[in-house]
Amino acid sequence: MTTSAIKDGDVSEDGEPTRRDFIHIFGAATAAAGAGAVLWPLVQQMNPDASVLALSTKEVDLSSVPVGQAIKVMWQGKPVFIRHRTATEIEEGEATPLSALKDPLARNANIGAKDEATDDDRVKASDGVVRPEWLILVGVCTHLGCIPLGTSAGENRGDYNGWFCPCHGSHYDIAGRIRKGPAPENLPVPPYQFVSDTVVKIG
Amino acid sequence: MSHVSNYKPSTGIEKWLDKRLPIVRFGADFMEFPTPKNLNYWWTFGAILAVCLVIQIITGIVLAMHYTPHVDMAFASVEHIMRDVNFGWLLRYVHANGASMFFLAVFIHMFRGLYYGSYKAPREVVWMLGVVIFLLMMATAFMGYVLPWGQMSYWGATVITNLFSAIPVVGESIRTLLWGGFSVDNPTLNRFFSLHYLLPFAIFGVVALHIWAFHTSGNNNPSGVEIKDVKKDAVPFHPYYTVKDGFAIVVFLILFAAFVFFNPNSLGHADNYIEANPLSTPAHIVPEWYFLPFYAMLRAITFDIGPIPAKLGGVITMFSSILILFVLPWLDTSKVRSMRYRPIAKLWFVLFVIACLALGFLGGKPAEGVYVMWAQIATAYYFAFFLIILPLLGILETPKPLPRSISESVLHKAPKLETSAAPGAPAAAE
Amino acid sequence: MTITRTLMVALVATAAGSGAALAAGGSEKHPEHQHWHFSGPFGKFDQNALQRGYQVYETVCSNCHSLDLVAFRNLGQKGGPFYLDKCPEGFGDSIDCSNPNDNPIVKALADKYKYQVTDGPDDSGDMFQRAALPSDHIPGPYANEQLARLANNNALPPDLSLITKARSGGPDYVYSLITGYEDAPSTVEMAAGQHYNPYFPGDMAQVMKPEYMHDGHPVEGVSVPPGGVLAMAPPLADGIIEYGDGSPQTVEQYAKDVTEFLMWAAEPKMEARKALGIMTIIYLVILAGILYWSYRKVWADQH
Repeated sequence: MTTSAIKDGDVSEDGEPTRRDFIHIFGAATAAAGAGAVLWPLVQQMNPDASVLALSTKEVDLSSVPVGQAIKVMWQGKPVFIRHRTATEIEEGEATPLSALKDPLARNANIGAKDEATDDDRVKASDGVVRPEWLILVGVCTHLGCIPLGTSAGENRGDYNGWFCPCHGSHYDIAGRIRKGPAPENLPVPPYQFVSDTVVKIG
Repeated sequence: MSHVSNYKPSTGIEKWLDKRLPIVRFGADFMEFPTPKNLNYWWTFGAILAVCLVIQIITGIVLAMHYTPHVDMAFASVEHIMRDVNFGWLLRYVHANGASMFFLAVFIHMFRGLYYGSYKAPREVVWMLGVVIFLLMMATAFMGYVLPWGQMSYWGATVITNLFSAIPVVGESIRTLLWGGFSVDNPTLNRFFSLHYLLPFAIFGVVALHIWAFHTSGNNNPSGVEIKDVKKDAVPFHPYYTVKDGFAIVVFLILFAAFVFFNPNSLGHADNYIEANPLSTPAHIVPEWYFLPFYAMLRAITFDIGPIPAKLGGVITMFSSILILFVLPWLDTSKVRSMRYRPIAKLWFVLFVIACLALGFLGGKPAEGVYVMWAQIATAYYFAFFLIILPLLGILETPKPLPRSISESVLHKAPKLETSAAPGAPAAAE
Repeated sequence: MTITRTLMVALVATAAGSGAALAAGGSEKHPEHQHWHFSGPFGKFDQNALQRGYQVYETVCSNCHSLDLVAFRNLGQKGGPFYLDKCPEGFGDSIDCSNPNDNPIVKALADKYKYQVTDGPDDSGDMFQRAALPSDHIPGPYANEQLARLANNNALPPDLSLITKARSGGPDYVYSLITGYEDAPSTVEMAAGQHYNPYFPGDMAQVMKPEYMHDGHPVEGVSVPPGGVLAMAPPLADGIIEYGDGSPQTVEQYAKDVTEFLMWAAEPKMEARKALGIMTIIYLVILAGILYWSYRKVWADQH
């Protein structure tokens, strides 16, 4: 046999692979499969590692937050606002008609994506528990990612007694819903669950 | 490329591209490169080394995504890779054992070149580029070993950088320059990390030149006789040597995997799992196994040579042991390339390999008593082999008759020589 | 070409053997070889042994030795001592106990661990102590090296996270050291707070009584005993730890369990490594076979 027939690849003169070329194709395919398998760990290593995943949930002790105040905790590298609302504030949130809202959707990770932004649905935990005195929000303005003011005592809480984003003037109400300004959506509610009376697990 | 290109662009795009960037032609010519048909398995280590380099670069880039080059965090970040990062243990063990595999392969590759006279005209530049690659590899491996910041990392770095202080007049300044301080410390670790990342790409570049050079001169081969008739003496690189190299690479990877998965720490030193402590020196400071022969030569010079103090003498000896390889093509006076036809040189070569292995063994022993004496003898032989034996043998030795061509060497020698060492080698595949 | 083959074999042997060759030297006794659950290419950790080993570490070792590189969550990860496939009875569906961060055993262990975690600073700028969480690394007994030395007669108890990999002899050495304490031979003079152990690397010639030494060498008929002296007293005694599973409460069993636990702590991904290794080797052997066949076919027409 001439060398040129082989060097043209695993193909016979009419272009079809022959039976005797099968082993070469098989060998190349097996090697390619191995190379593909090698890609898996090389890609997977970029995913969050175990030490990062260990911090993907956070348990927060609520017993030290008096009524009418709020705290800021870090969760997955973002600030989370936890406000202990007064009875008046809850009433105010519940009294707001849906028609007054810029964004009618609840934006609550614990319930459906289509649910409406009633005050109840803004404070619903992942197991369906509603404790309206605790409002838990990811504190990142939905406009361009600034941190709204209003959590610490004495900060500007905006026109609707909730939060005010100083970057471009977005006003959020006492349920974290956008009422005025350029932000398109309500402040999102992270997944959370009460593990006891005074401890909430975020994430 | 020295051979005539047979590439014929078939499609319009290929024709268009061929006039602008003939990269397809380059690849096609590479695959068709006429390669001696009698290359044995020792010649597969070139391809194996290319694979080693790629593995080290890929795993290294990935490890750098998780490593922290700071004295307070380096050790913990390596353990973070081992414990927390997805497949981090695999990446690190492949990289760490990969260095050993790389050196194992390069030593075999170099001994092969020595035995078959691959450094002789017209391949002097191929050989010298190879020595440059070897030096770069040693620098890269040394700096890489410092990065985990274990006890051996720290004290190895201290001992080796202190070698430079042996240089008269400017030695102390050079050492301070390397350290970026007054001892091995954070600035040292940072620059070693930077250079450890850089040098492999330099190696990659020199490897390209190395391949270019032997594609100009043509491959040497076990008979040492040049290709006379391309049709009879040579085969195209693909598929003949792609499949043979591929097979050898996979066999090599089995050995590699055996270390990575079942003995990942057997080539390392236990002390490097202790975080670096500048206040406590380990009982025995030993480099990684692939540096042991050179370490033995360094320590063999225990006496002053005239005006040269022992410390400087050791440093000179160690560096000379590699630098001497640069002039080897002109030290060996024999006209015959392959030691297959040099019965006397072959014996001295075996002794040379034994001396190198002995130096490797002695480098791992404490520098005391009889070990020092043996290291001195082996070091003396190492240099005598290049400086006395090879120059003299070219004149004194009567070589065996050379085959007239590669095809003739294959037909005559095959049953006796090839089958025993490499079953299925081309020569035996009759 | 037997020469070249011999060289190849020698090269590989040197490569493989040099690690062992380096370890030689010193005059301590060679560690007793033990059979371990995790030995060999198919060896695995025994989860019960790991749990008992953790108990030994927690009760005894942790009084002096830290385990800095191990987090509580590691105890509940796959292959760890307290890994749970699924939640025990009495837990809601909403919890995934195979997630080490939600593992109830791990949470309880962390919460009531004997040492607390230093956190802070708080709003008034003070550091404070709090109970550990699964994401915390296991807190050690001392805040820093100086305190550790102060409490231990100027000796520093080493961190145990990597101890089985950081000593030549590995787990065999750790086991032999813990179980191998002996009364000091009559030829040596021990300082207070020092303990003799024939497996500990040291130089006993330094502590020989002067009447047995002459010019730095022992006198006729006397030999330097193997091993060395260390500041750690024999840490274990029969019956000091109550095992819940009926395993023998002996020094040997304690030592074996804690060594297995420490081997896991040093190499927590060992099981995954060996499993992947077996798959990889099988794949490579098959691929080598196919390529060899392919190679023979390609070369079939060449003389």
